[in-house]
Amino acid sequence: MEKYIFYILSFIIIAFAVASVSSRKMLRSVIYLLFVLCGIAGIYFLIDYNFLAAIQLTVYAGGIIVLIIFSVLLVHHIEMELEMAKVSRKILTGLLCALGLGVFLYTIYTNDFNVIENNITTSTAHIGSKLLSYDTGGFILPFEVVSVLLLAAMIGAIVIAKGRKLTDKNEEAL
Amino acid sequence: MNISLNITETIQEWLMSMMPEGVASIAAMVTVALIYLIIFAVAGLYLVLLERRVAAWFQLRIGPNRVGPLGLLQTMADALKLVSKELTGTIKADKFLYNLAPYFVIVSSLMALAVFPFTKEFQAFDINIGIFFLIAISSIGVIGILLGGWSSNNKFALIGAMRSGVQTISYELSVGLSLLTMIVITGSLQLSEIVEVQKQGWLILQGHVPAIIAFMVYMIAGTAETNRAPFDMVEAESELGAGFHTEYSGMKFAYFFLAEFINMFIIAAIATTVFFGAWLSPFGITESLPWLGVFWFLGKTLILVFLMMWFRWTFPRLRVDQLLTLEWKYLLPINLINILIMAIIVWLNLTIKF
Repeated sequence: MEKYIFYILSFIIIAFAVASVSSRKMLRSVIYLLFVLCGIAGIYFLIDYNFLAAIQLTVYAGGIIVLIIFSVLLVHHIEMELEMAKVSRKILTGLLCALGLGVFLYTIYTNDFNVIENNITTSTAHIGSKLLSYDTGGFILPFEVVSVLLLAAMIGAIVIAKGRKLTDKNEEAL
Repeated sequence: MNISLNITETIQEWLMSMMPEGVASIAAMVTVALIYLIIFAVAGLYLVLLERRVAAWFQLRIGPNRVGPLGLLQTMADALKLVSKELTGTIKADKFLYNLAPYFVIVSSLMALAVFPFTKEFQAFDINIGIFFLIAISSIGVIGILLGGWSSNNKFALIGAMRSGVQTISYELSVGLSLLTMIVITGSLQLSEIVEVQKQGWLILQGHVPAIIAFMVYMIAGTAETNRAPFDMVEAESELGAGFHTEYSGMKFAYFFLAEFINMFIIAAIATTVFFGAWLSPFGITESLPWLGVFWFLGKTLILVFLMMWFRWTFPRLRVDQLLTLEWKYLLPINLINILIMAIIVWLNLTIKF
């Protein structure tokens, strides 16, 4: 049963990934990308890692895709289509993609994977205590670094969005 | 009297007795899905009827009372009429996205419906991240609205969709944070465990002051997230026609319409589960009859739905800037401070437990 669901999901992911890069309408490729991300969330559900699946749905499907849609809505008209690339460029991109895929597949097929039976569902409590533990195997340092990074990004966004203060001098310059 | 409502298991066992295992599990899934689809359709239709009756009551009218006894079949007749209508669309609309959009809205609200504990057993999917799953799913519905507005190739629809996007993204934050406030008490995201904790008193009593603040914030943000009045900027008739679904007709319009009412039910059901003890009866008066939980759950949910309808017919519509000020300058800071207070209360064991 799991096997079939995995194949169905991977077929969905691959098909929509190809559709996403080959579609000439911008918003359609965004929607295909959304299906790819939902498929990945499906795989997380399949391996019983519900928390990551929900994160995938909230952050990628609910957050990033909505932001992309917003920017597309603002700049893109319904009749516009992306232009076709030159043939030489297409060939070059194809070759590079084939090379990347080759390296990827070679690594996967030569690596010895340890198959372990895992029936434990990761709980949020477990994730939380690991994230805040400073013993061996704890993730407190990356957690703090990411927090500082996010704070910096937030402050930066506010500063950029606020722009320069409107004073009398600005009026004169205009 | 003992009615088993453990639908997934009961159905699976029943099907197992007459067919091989693999087929049975797929058949069970399909059956459960069909049951939820029927609940979805019936609940949606009767919520529309309830809304119309409540509206009529508030405006001193009688409301629909001709079709069937007491007008109970009115919305069924409306649905049949909508099915028979022609599906129109604008020229140069992006047909693929235009047809896809209603399904986004309806699938996301259907998925949310699956996790509610109607009774101890009547729950299709007791996922261990319950509340978080609900928040994750509800953030996808807005994509359908954005797509529908854009692909209609209509300026009013596009403006409506953009407003909806802004509104949903902002208020999602408050919904999430106010639910998180309650998670501080329960210590678990799983809906069945949240109900278990409430056997010592509903969470709105356990958490007293911050819980009541969280409930108020949740109801305001929840009303905004379903795009209902007084937050119905999305389909403000006087400005935008019908907003993002101006160009939709027939069944596709009905999908948007049904999804809106089901979303209202979902918001009320989350509030019931998290604040009012889901299927638990007050003071445990029907503890010996577990199947009565459905009655309590639906009763509490419908009271909250009525509260949201009351909002709709009482308050005038907000302007966009007022809407955003309310969220970012009032609700969000209140929410953040409220979480802190709740954390301190739980830390010092100041919660009320019976």
